[in-house]
Amino acid sequence: MGAAFLPGAAPGRCSVLGTSSCTQVLSTTQGSKQLGQKYLSSGSRQLQARMGSPVHRVSLGDTWSRQVHPNIESERHIQSFNVESLINILDGGAQNTALRRKVESIIHSDPEFSLKYNYFMTQNERYVAAVQRKFHLQTIAKRLGWSENSLEFYYAYRALSGELALTLHHVFLKSLRSLGSEEQIAKWTPLCNEFQIIASYAQTELGHGTNLRGLETEATYDAATQEFVVHSPTLTATKWWPGDMGRSATHTLVQAQLICSGARQGMHAFIVPIRSLQDHTPLPGVTVGDIGPKMDFDHADHGFLQLDHVRIPRENMLSRFAQVLPDGTYVKLGTLQTNYFSLVVVRVDLLLGEIIPLLQKACVIAIRYSVIRRQSSIRPSDPEAKILDYQTQQQKLFPQLATAYAFHFLASSLLEFLHSSYDAILNKDFSHLPELHALSAGIKAMTSDLCLQGTELCRQACGGHGYSKLSGLPSLVSRVTASCTYEGDNTVLYLQTARFLVKNYLQAQAQATPGSTLQKSLPQSIAYLTTTDLARCPAQKAADFLHPKLYTTAWAHVATRLIKDSVHHLETVMQSGADWDEAWNQTTVIHLQAAKAHCFYISVKSFTETLEKLENHPAVQQVLKRLCDLYALHGILTNAGDFLHDGFLSGAQVDAVRTAYLDLLRLIRKDAILLTDAFDFTDQCLNSALGCYDGNVYERLFHWAQKSPTNTQRNPAYEKYLRPLLQSWRSKL
Amino acid sequence: MNQDLRREREAASFNPELLTHVLDGSPESTRRRREIENLILNDPDFQHEDLNFLTRSQRYEVAVRKSATMVKKMREFGIADPEEIMWFKRMHLVNFVEPVGLNFSMFIPTLLNQGTTAQQEKWLLSSKGLQIIGTYAQTEMGHGTHLRGLETTATYDPETQEFILNSPTVTSIKWWPGGLGKTSNHAIVLAQLITKGKCYGLHAFIVPIREIGTHKPLPGITVGDIGPKFGYDEMDNGYLKMDNYRIPRENMLMKHAQVKPDGTYVKPVSNKLTYGTMVFVRSFLVGEAARSLSKACTIAIRYSAVRHQSEIKPGEPEPQILDFQTQQYKLFPLLATAYAFQFVGAYMKETYHRINEDIGQGDLSELPELHALTAGLKAFTSWTTNAAIEACRMACGGHGYSHCSGLPNIYVTFTPTCTFEGENTVMMLQTARFLMKSYDQVHAGKLVCGMVSYLNGLPTQRIQPQQVAVWPAVVDIDSPDSLTEAYKLRATRLVEIAAKNLQNEVIHRKSKEVAWNLTSVDLVRASEAHCHYVAVKLFSEKLLKIEDKSVHAVLRNLCLLYCLYGISQKAGDFLQGSIMTESEITQVNQRIKELLIAIRPDAVALVDAFDFQDVTLGSVLGRYDGNVYENLFEWAKKSPLNKSEVHESYFKYLKPLQSKL
Repeated sequence: MGAAFLPGAAPGRCSVLGTSSCTQVLSTTQGSKQLGQKYLSSGSRQLQARMGSPVHRVSLGDTWSRQVHPNIESERHIQSFNVESLINILDGGAQNTALRRKVESIIHSDPEFSLKYNYFMTQNERYVAAVQRKFHLQTIAKRLGWSENSLEFYYAYRALSGELALTLHHVFLKSLRSLGSEEQIAKWTPLCNEFQIIASYAQTELGHGTNLRGLETEATYDAATQEFVVHSPTLTATKWWPGDMGRSATHTLVQAQLICSGARQGMHAFIVPIRSLQDHTPLPGVTVGDIGPKMDFDHADHGFLQLDHVRIPRENMLSRFAQVLPDGTYVKLGTLQTNYFSLVVVRVDLLLGEIIPLLQKACVIAIRYSVIRRQSSIRPSDPEAKILDYQTQQQKLFPQLATAYAFHFLASSLLEFLHSSYDAILNKDFSHLPELHALSAGIKAMTSDLCLQGTELCRQACGGHGYSKLSGLPSLVSRVTASCTYEGDNTVLYLQTARFLVKNYLQAQAQATPGSTLQKSLPQSIAYLTTTDLARCPAQKAADFLHPKLYTTAWAHVATRLIKDSVHHLETVMQSGADWDEAWNQTTVIHLQAAKAHCFYISVKSFTETLEKLENHPAVQQVLKRLCDLYALHGILTNAGDFLHDGFLSGAQVDAVRTAYLDLLRLIRKDAILLTDAFDFTDQCLNSALGCYDGNVYERLFHWAQKSPTNTQRNPAYEKYLRPLLQSWRSKL
Repeated sequence: MNQDLRREREAASFNPELLTHVLDGSPESTRRRREIENLILNDPDFQHEDLNFLTRSQRYEVAVRKSATMVKKMREFGIADPEEIMWFKRMHLVNFVEPVGLNFSMFIPTLLNQGTTAQQEKWLLSSKGLQIIGTYAQTEMGHGTHLRGLETTATYDPETQEFILNSPTVTSIKWWPGGLGKTSNHAIVLAQLITKGKCYGLHAFIVPIREIGTHKPLPGITVGDIGPKFGYDEMDNGYLKMDNYRIPRENMLMKHAQVKPDGTYVKPVSNKLTYGTMVFVRSFLVGEAARSLSKACTIAIRYSAVRHQSEIKPGEPEPQILDFQTQQYKLFPLLATAYAFQFVGAYMKETYHRINEDIGQGDLSELPELHALTAGLKAFTSWTTNAAIEACRMACGGHGYSHCSGLPNIYVTFTPTCTFEGENTVMMLQTARFLMKSYDQVHAGKLVCGMVSYLNGLPTQRIQPQQVAVWPAVVDIDSPDSLTEAYKLRATRLVEIAAKNLQNEVIHRKSKEVAWNLTSVDLVRASEAHCHYVAVKLFSEKLLKIEDKSVHAVLRNLCLLYCLYGISQKAGDFLQGSIMTESEITQVNQRIKELLIAIRPDAVALVDAFDFQDVTLGSVLGRYDGNVYENLFEWAKKSPLNKSEVHESYFKYLKPLQSKL
């Protein structure tokens, strides 16, 4: 779908990203650890202290929620670790936690920001509400002095679950900064910041998505008037999906084929005014509108745009890397590689800003609900059991919880890598870019895939109530599912990672041949490809599988084998006469598999590395280690065939993995609620009748249902259709 | 017609019409089905606005209109046969949702099964004519699958000869029943019967809930809609709370159990018939899974033949995305699954009718197995279908996310199947219970029959659950029979492992029930393997009955793909059980890729054979004529946000945003 379908890019750019990078997380928590020690003497004081913190413990101010439901309260009695410490670790420091809560209290105490009626709104109403919220947020930000890229904005976005309009502004600005000349940046940035114009970003077309070169929109230079004529030559060239464009935007950045002096010069970006700044009507030659209802993202007016020979001044082509001179001469000014970089930044932003929190919320809702919901009894004489006590329920939910943590740490370490490469890239040192690109592509694909699976699993684990929008879960599912196709379709992204793997593997092979003079080491994330590998897993009993080094090695082994296999397949097909491209298409299924294994290995590795840095928090380290173990072992069991295939694991060892895995479920059970509390989502932000902190599920469900328009408005179907039916009976009486 | 689709259809190796006849059962069925569909298509009353642009209330209204006029329409068209009624409903109703549907599917059958003659006389005629509209209220807010946990009470008061109905807690509020929110004026309520101070368990009561004439809730009744859901916008799933609400004694359905005027309780004789209803509904759901998946495949495959993207070789024109191996690998196994489930669904329907006749003659011997099989297959097919529809949707890229694709709607309409009519995990465990029972029987030296008869082959004295020597050494990956055998071995092995682990836990734990809970993950795996085996077996048996050579050839490829894809996905089970070797698994993966190539030319014809009308698909991407983009644009123009050229929010918020800041 292209960058244009950003769900509302978290305002984080590197200024924000830096503060939540992993190293900083760990150094800043030193302070909060001392803070935490004060509480260690008494569990109840600790509880009190947490309950005392603002907003997030007050369940929406409803009268029935003054008391926490005993079934969830009891889950919080014994705390094997300090929840607040874990919250701080996730936030990247106690000061971030404090700031986040401050922003949340501002947002949630203001009724204008309420998300309460969201589930009852039509597409149109949700769009209007999102515009109104954005308007209100800007007013408040101005008053409080929050700058556009501040952490405050980032947290406000989180508190509002992204239900804001005009988020494409950021994508526009990002592209402007990376593709525009200094003069262009100076001209357009303030207009954007002051909302003198409302900007959007238009790349994807009706008939063309991931393949940029296939885009059909044209921008032909007319030297006579020094203008570009921007035109949609076919129906399939209609821009389709760009956010904020359907109803809101006044300007949009159009990606089009540049034609000058009769030659096609490929894709370039043009600023095109599309609506009047006076009365907001479409400008001449512009056909623009909303693309209609979607699964979700009702708050964003994704649009279509047809341009009929629309003329724009020469200066509206972004010209950092290429320029068209007044006479129509095309001048290349540099490499376009930084274009890739902005893609990378957008993808990494999405992970923590949009995708991963959706799975985290789903886990919070499903797990909290599972200690309130009782169903059947385990022994006939017992009262009905909490459904979280069923092994099958644990097996559904805990791997998702583990994944939610694994991805948080994975995204954080990717962010750290991005941050450390950022300055180099700005100084035109692109040596890290291929690795960064491959990592961000694969991790985005894996994260969105597994977050979708997990979120949907959590929804189904809530039984019938998970089907109600009031549970909050359908919205989470329909949002996360979009992330599997936007910003690069996942299959395409995995294959980009695979290309990187194959290329580097072949290079490493060439180096390994005797007499090779090339001595370049492999990028750090794939260094494991050349380390000596065990043919058999040394584990002898279930407990052996609880060693991070052991399962990390196991994953490295499988990833290496699959990458080798994929290269081998590719070479075999080529030896039989196919050229590289044909051979590639014939072997993509195995490349996909290899890329997936590689990404999973990376995620296991980043989780174990995070654990190593938590030595000063032994209790937190212990509880997270269980999740890490579960994550890695669940992965092995799900892909058991890959581990058994070459005999790396024996059948007996897979059985041992299963034993270790089932034992972990039991251990995690007692910490499950605290682990969901540690994500520290406010009730307002969760917006779920099933998942509130206080556990008053059923009262809330009942009260929320009353607010449905189907109950507050009259029923026209009765008057029109039911009454005539029923009256035929009355006449008989 | 779109050129790409035309070419695809011309190049097909078989005649899809013949395959349609196979799916429908006979050429005559196909003819009659189309006849009925055309009656509806040509009926002006059928027309309505695109639901995607309507509010929930408007969608409900459309559904009520259709639902309310359906009886009349069917009479008009002369439709009475159950199969024909089904065809009619599928075409006539929106998403198969019928606000007054529970009146026919639950209220009336329950009245017939559990009501006395007098009760039937009193209510049957008016409910059949829709002069009273009934629904069936069982599920409560806090209680679903576990019936004994329901809290609603009906306490008998001998003085007035009335029952006093109460919803004593929030969790006891009836929640979810279809048609309860706004449509119905009567409900059959399941409640704990209390008389003479004693609770006698669940019984059914006819409860008037809305006043005739005004449709207002009666005093003591709180009733309404439970609010927005993922899908089912057209249905008013409702809640019902009763406060000391009195109904006459005669409103308890008393064909089986009775409460005498003085409050004496008379026990029921037997009650096996409700068992039959559950079996029927679940086996029906297996067929629905097949239909939903078939629709999703139709849309995704047609669109993939129309959509062009990227390049396989640099410089060449953009290929149809269906030519990418990854796209084939996403879609063709799902297409094969859709066919597999079509045949499973047909088998379930036949079996149900056959066994139902036996039951009519007092022979209940096959009921337990059928009950176990339907439970597991309902779970197995709905889980698979649920994920598969999503996969089809994502295979359509960004456009799949738009409601124009029709896929979000198919998904949200189908997905509750995983949790309703018995939550899937609970269903799998019911099947597991039967498998464990059969396993014990075999160990006790008895033979078991039916689909589980493979357990008879278990050597009774084996100690290790996996002895290599027992399995045949070679699986012929080109033979559906040999592959069925492999699935059978996998099921045997996983059933045996679950049974041994269960025995082990029983030794170590104090109670059987705790042991059961601690083995439940293994038990679910065993059930899944059993169901997978059944699906594979039914598909390969179906091949034997296909006469036309070209149809047989293409179905055989699909059958192989279904079998091999499953093996590749569950390779661990086949390797660990030494059912297949590593090199066989490698061959399986290779063969899958060959099959993708073999199926590719027939892909569009294979989905055409499902023979869905465009209105049934409800998809711009899946149109028969393939004119996707023109229609996508036309569709979007109708979006409510496009009603005015400048949106109201501009004046309210956007303009001030510029001036106020």
